[in-house]
Amino acid sequence: MSAAPASLSWFARHEINLAWREGIAMMTGGRRTRGIVLAAVLGVVYVLLHLMAYTILAPWVARGITPDKPTLVLLTGGGLLFWSVMLSQALESVTRVYYARSDLDLILSSPASSRRLFAVRTAAVALSTVVLSCLLASPMINTLIVLDGPKWLAAYGTLAALGALSAAIAVAITIALFRTVGPKRTRLIAQIVAALVGAGFVIGIQAAAILYYGSFSRFSLFESAAVISAAPGVDNPLWLPARAGMGDFTALAIVALLGFGALALTIAATASSYGRHAISATGLSHIRNRRKPAAQPFRTRSQRAVLRAKEWRLLQRDPWLLSQTLMQMLYLLPPALMLWINYGDRAGAYVVVVPVLVMAAGQLAGGLAWLAISGEDAHDLVATAPVAPRAVLTAKIEAVLVIIALVLAPLLLMLALSSPQMALVTAACAAIAASSATAIQLWFRVPAKRSMFRRRQVASRAATLTEAFASILWAGTGAIWAAGSWLAVGTAIMALGVVGLARLLAPRR
Amino acid sequence: MSSSTPALAITGLSKTFDRKVVNDLALQVRAGEFYALLGPNGAGKTTILRMVAGLLQPDEGSISIFGIDARRDPLAAKRVTAWVSDEPMVYDRLTPLEYLEFVAGLWQIDAKTAQAKAHELIGWLGLGPHANELCGSFSKGMLQKVALAGALVHDPKLIILDEPLTGLDAGSARQVKDVLLGKVRDGVTVIMTTHILEVAERMAERIGVITHGRLIAEGTLTELRSRIGRGQTSLEEIFLDLVAQDDAEPAAA
Repeated sequence: MSAAPASLSWFARHEINLAWREGIAMMTGGRRTRGIVLAAVLGVVYVLLHLMAYTILAPWVARGITPDKPTLVLLTGGGLLFWSVMLSQALESVTRVYYARSDLDLILSSPASSRRLFAVRTAAVALSTVVLSCLLASPMINTLIVLDGPKWLAAYGTLAALGALSAAIAVAITIALFRTVGPKRTRLIAQIVAALVGAGFVIGIQAAAILYYGSFSRFSLFESAAVISAAPGVDNPLWLPARAGMGDFTALAIVALLGFGALALTIAATASSYGRHAISATGLSHIRNRRKPAAQPFRTRSQRAVLRAKEWRLLQRDPWLLSQTLMQMLYLLPPALMLWINYGDRAGAYVVVVPVLVMAAGQLAGGLAWLAISGEDAHDLVATAPVAPRAVLTAKIEAVLVIIALVLAPLLLMLALSSPQMALVTAACAAIAASSATAIQLWFRVPAKRSMFRRRQVASRAATLTEAFASILWAGTGAIWAAGSWLAVGTAIMALGVVGLARLLAPRR
Repeated sequence: MSSSTPALAITGLSKTFDRKVVNDLALQVRAGEFYALLGPNGAGKTTILRMVAGLLQPDEGSISIFGIDARRDPLAAKRVTAWVSDEPMVYDRLTPLEYLEFVAGLWQIDAKTAQAKAHELIGWLGLGPHANELCGSFSKGMLQKVALAGALVHDPKLIILDEPLTGLDAGSARQVKDVLLGKVRDGVTVIMTTHILEVAERMAERIGVITHGRLIAEGTLTELRSRIGRGQTSLEEIFLDLVAQDDAEPAAA
């Protein structure tokens, strides 16, 4: 039976059809065997995650899980960390509902109802947030179901309700931004808010744990006697989501009513303005953005200097990159705090800082290197210029590495004041991690528009995975080396192996 | 380099993707000439021009630009060449002046000369009021003008344009055409592909027709007319006739 054209179910079917095809294309890259291999690898990883969850949860279940205050504090705190990431993801997705053009111009210029389209797309945001969250949390939940009984199935229901609530809040924030700062700034501010929400809460908790307990573990805060005794009593509504997750069906019904009710109300209240806001976002491409002319334009510089200057100028003017960089910088706050509060103490306290800095260097380099090396909007111009291709690549790599050095320099300096040796280890590992990520981006480079940045991680899964694993292994090398163990040689060899694997997997040129 | 050195001399040029796109092509364009390359979609025009501009590696053959072997010394060939495609190669987050500063830097033009030239071109192309606005908000016509200014800022001897008038309004198209004719008057060589046959008819001194990666006809408009044996025929009719003849030949064979 086919749905009436332009009805809610018709739009939903259209969206599901598109999402399904895009998902399949992302998984398989047009090749069936690749999809099967990827599914097999993901399957193995999924099983391993269940095993990890088992080792973490088995002792807890053995002690007996009861809805007492410490359990409720721990579940609510951990849940809030998770939910902040859900909200960040929803905010990112909702912004795209308003700003991504693709078929929006076609639909908005048709007599179809924009309210229905908005309802379907907002529901899709909630659904994708829930599916992603359920996938991430499923090893823990499944293990609890096996070890402690089917009552933990309610945790999936709680996640669905919290996903709906995060979509509702994301829509409310976006609409509020449209009304207060206008369509021109909404996207940028929403992206920054998403980055702050996603990282800010996690980092805030970590900062609190460092300040009060000198530990990097976020959970140490939720397990502390002071926090537990200061928390409200077990009957407080604050614990409703935790109780719902643990199988309290009354609590689950209330949480579901709140989450889905908030989403339905938000859609009903804001759907009528969707067409107007989306159209106002369309007009942005016609708004002229005047820049103050440079004080000294047209300087005579080498070709490499010209290319570097162009890269820095474009990176600096990229709002999406701004929010991403901000996110990376936020993750550097806890180690900075750790350095500050432990300043003058023995160097051993800094061992935990080293991997964070190395990891941040690798991740930041990966993103920036993609933008500089692959994300070239005028590829033909650079290719037809009388510049050797090697010089172009060198200049772009220099542009990336200079930014990483500038970001890390203050922290390395702080570290050097207390432990020059550890600063040296961090600098060396950060430089190698950044170089590895840059090299991987270089080997897998495919000319693309900078606006395709979001898709870089699905363009080549091999590049994404090897880049992430190399960064993790270099971070591990840094930590072990800083601790003074020869085992660092082992992780360094593994990291080199991953980089070598990337070279082998990279397309030949 | 003698004055008779051709601006572009191609011999035995071939390129194969999933099929042979350019097939043993030989082509000469004289210095200071306005040459139009015509052909149906998929004939291989863009592939030929991309190989000349150094954006694609030929499988076989030679490309000489003002006597410089473009395959052996690509940087020297690029120094005297400019490439303009139908998709303007412009950065959204640079202003036209910043873009021209970047292009001048790539071609290593002295800063003082580049600045004067950039302002002259910006004024000439009517971009003055927008010189300090980010290109991201520009219309297609304005972007194409910025790209053209970029192509001219380093005073190339050979300008290669692939469908430069696609999507331009009448005013912008006229401005681009005037700029190109002015350059030819100054002795610059222009090679252009276009599907707008009236433009080729009015502007080009010589016209080459490409199908299936081969040059099937070449000459002035009068020479092409006499080739098909009709006196006052339009270029459109000549073109369609030549392409139909070429398509019929393999079938007849």
